[in-house]
Amino acid sequence: MKVIYADNNATTQVAPEVLEEMVPYFHDLYGNPSSMHSFGGQVAGELKEARERVARLIGATPEEILFTSCGTESDNTAIRAAIASHPDKKHIITTRVEHPAVKNLCEHLGGHGYRVTFLPVDRQGRLDLEHLHKALSNDTAIVTIMWANNETGVLFPVDEIAQLVRERGIVFHTDAVQAVGKIPIDVEQIPVDMLSLSGHKLHAPKGIGALYVRKGTKFSPFLIGGHQEKGRRGGTENVASIVGLGKACELALEHLEEENERVKLLRDKLENGILKRIPNAMVNGDREHRLPNTTSISFEYVEGEAILLMMNEFGICASSGSACTSGSLEPSHVLRAMGVPFTAAHGSIRFSLSIYNTEEEIDFIIEKLPSIIQRLRELSPFWGESKTAPPVCS
Amino acid sequence: MWEYTDKVKDHFLHPRNVGEVEGADGMGEVGSLACGDALKLTFKLDDEKRIQDIRFKTFGCGSAIASSSALTEMVKGMTLEEAEKVTNQDIADYLGGLPKEKMHCSVMGRDALEKAIAYYRGEPEKKLEGEIVCECFGVTDVEIERAVRENNLTGVEDVTGYTKAGGGCESCHEKIQEIIDKVHGKPHVAGRKPPQLTNIQKIQLIQETLEREVKPSLQKDGGDIELIDVDGNTVLVKLRGTCATCVASQVTLKHYVESKLREMVTPELVVEEVQ
Repeated sequence: MKVIYADNNATTQVAPEVLEEMVPYFHDLYGNPSSMHSFGGQVAGELKEARERVARLIGATPEEILFTSCGTESDNTAIRAAIASHPDKKHIITTRVEHPAVKNLCEHLGGHGYRVTFLPVDRQGRLDLEHLHKALSNDTAIVTIMWANNETGVLFPVDEIAQLVRERGIVFHTDAVQAVGKIPIDVEQIPVDMLSLSGHKLHAPKGIGALYVRKGTKFSPFLIGGHQEKGRRGGTENVASIVGLGKACELALEHLEEENERVKLLRDKLENGILKRIPNAMVNGDREHRLPNTTSISFEYVEGEAILLMMNEFGICASSGSACTSGSLEPSHVLRAMGVPFTAAHGSIRFSLSIYNTEEEIDFIIEKLPSIIQRLRELSPFWGESKTAPPVCS
Repeated sequence: MWEYTDKVKDHFLHPRNVGEVEGADGMGEVGSLACGDALKLTFKLDDEKRIQDIRFKTFGCGSAIASSSALTEMVKGMTLEEAEKVTNQDIADYLGGLPKEKMHCSVMGRDALEKAIAYYRGEPEKKLEGEIVCECFGVTDVEIERAVRENNLTGVEDVTGYTKAGGGCESCHEKIQEIIDKVHGKPHVAGRKPPQLTNIQKIQLIQETLEREVKPSLQKDGGDIELIDVDGNTVLVKLRGTCATCVASQVTLKHYVESKLREMVTPELVVEEVQ
């Protein structure tokens, strides 16, 4: 069965060009870039080029790029570095819709002497900057706010946020794992101090990430060890993956226009096609300010895992904010923070596309989904004569 | 991804007995949209009072739909006396097992059947028994106790898997643990306050602890310890044998003897050596 992969915010396929560039570093060029011999040393040149390619994608200089093992490590490094550099400050500001890499760390720090402000979002998943303005204080060590939401694709006004935080002289970090490679990003124009990105969200392999640290930002390493990354991150470099990330960033820059035109058109076609054919369906999140590849759609009176399992029978891959898919019993914290009603939150499906998706695939999903939802609604006791439901668990 | 058995997948993709029985003899509804799963079960009896037709409507995940479908297949043709003996474990077994986190789907099936039978018998709707323990999912202590007993559950996570209790804000986890301990006949330990000891009791306990716990391990290394006096919370001891000349004896005293006494007697104790 052909796989129709529409779950690119979860992970992406490694681009063939990326894999091709990586392969030599597993056998012919397996040296350690720190070695004194030229067999190892020659690899250092490749790392340099990869660093330049990553920097170019986000408008940074190569010295400001730090390679890590993943987005989570980048986020942890940034937040830990900021609080370690400002030991007298005991306040952190973030939002209620962050990825677990930020949310759970902030909650953890909340139990270890830090006061954490979780900024709310509105029904469309948008921030009210007035809340941020009020929360900033002389005790604030770091503001960490994501660039794009992984579940809804909603974009936060990082430019305005960064200006606001900068004026107060506070460190600003953004988890841009979902944004890098999908929308234009230029840290020369936007005063973020630190920015996290992850390889496997932009067609590089899993297990490689990067952290942008603006020149002059106070920093202390999270992984203490050797002199690698100028002492900012110990551990022998993951050479093949760094080379892969470099290539993936170069490709992402080339494909940025396609992502924002062709992929966006495919997403819109998918979204509109679904809304037109399926009643009681709604888009979650601000449709204006959104990643070009993402749509989160709720189908009332059906449950998300059941939808995923039925789509799986047709080879269609997507995600759900439903409780049952995650092993937890409550629907996604993002949808709950937005106040999406339970009738809809349990039946939410996220489709996230990439440049590898085709129009035929979108047509196939639009063709198959209505009958899947219809079948499940026929099974549902809430569908039919009375579409009302008791408000709480009984 | 959940590991569902082929039978679960089969019952999910090809559910049996979907719908509502017209002119039903029995009807049971459990769950709600807010909970994320709900089941409506209706049945009709034949002349011999056996379940002739039984149908379901389920809102929920794959295993909720499969559990409902399996239940209807299992009890068809049974008398109500036979049907009411079906447990949630029977439903899970029929399906070749369910992931632990999904056992509440089978519990939902059994609950709906119980309700439907009570409806047929004209028994008054059971009032919520016991007290709500999990506010998020409205689960009572009686329900938790039953799940623990019937399925021999030993951890809070298991209870959440079977009843959903504790799956939300998690503030009831301690209460759930207490219920588990009670069912298994264990005294509840967490949060127990150290008993108020009289001076005599305290000295006795210190003496006992030194004899039973501390001395044997010191003696293994050729050392020994002697209790000289107890002054309030200060325990005065004298080290003997190799301990008396050992450079690490102060470490032993603080890290081993003192922490042992604090653990076994009372956390306020301080151990000091008499020269």
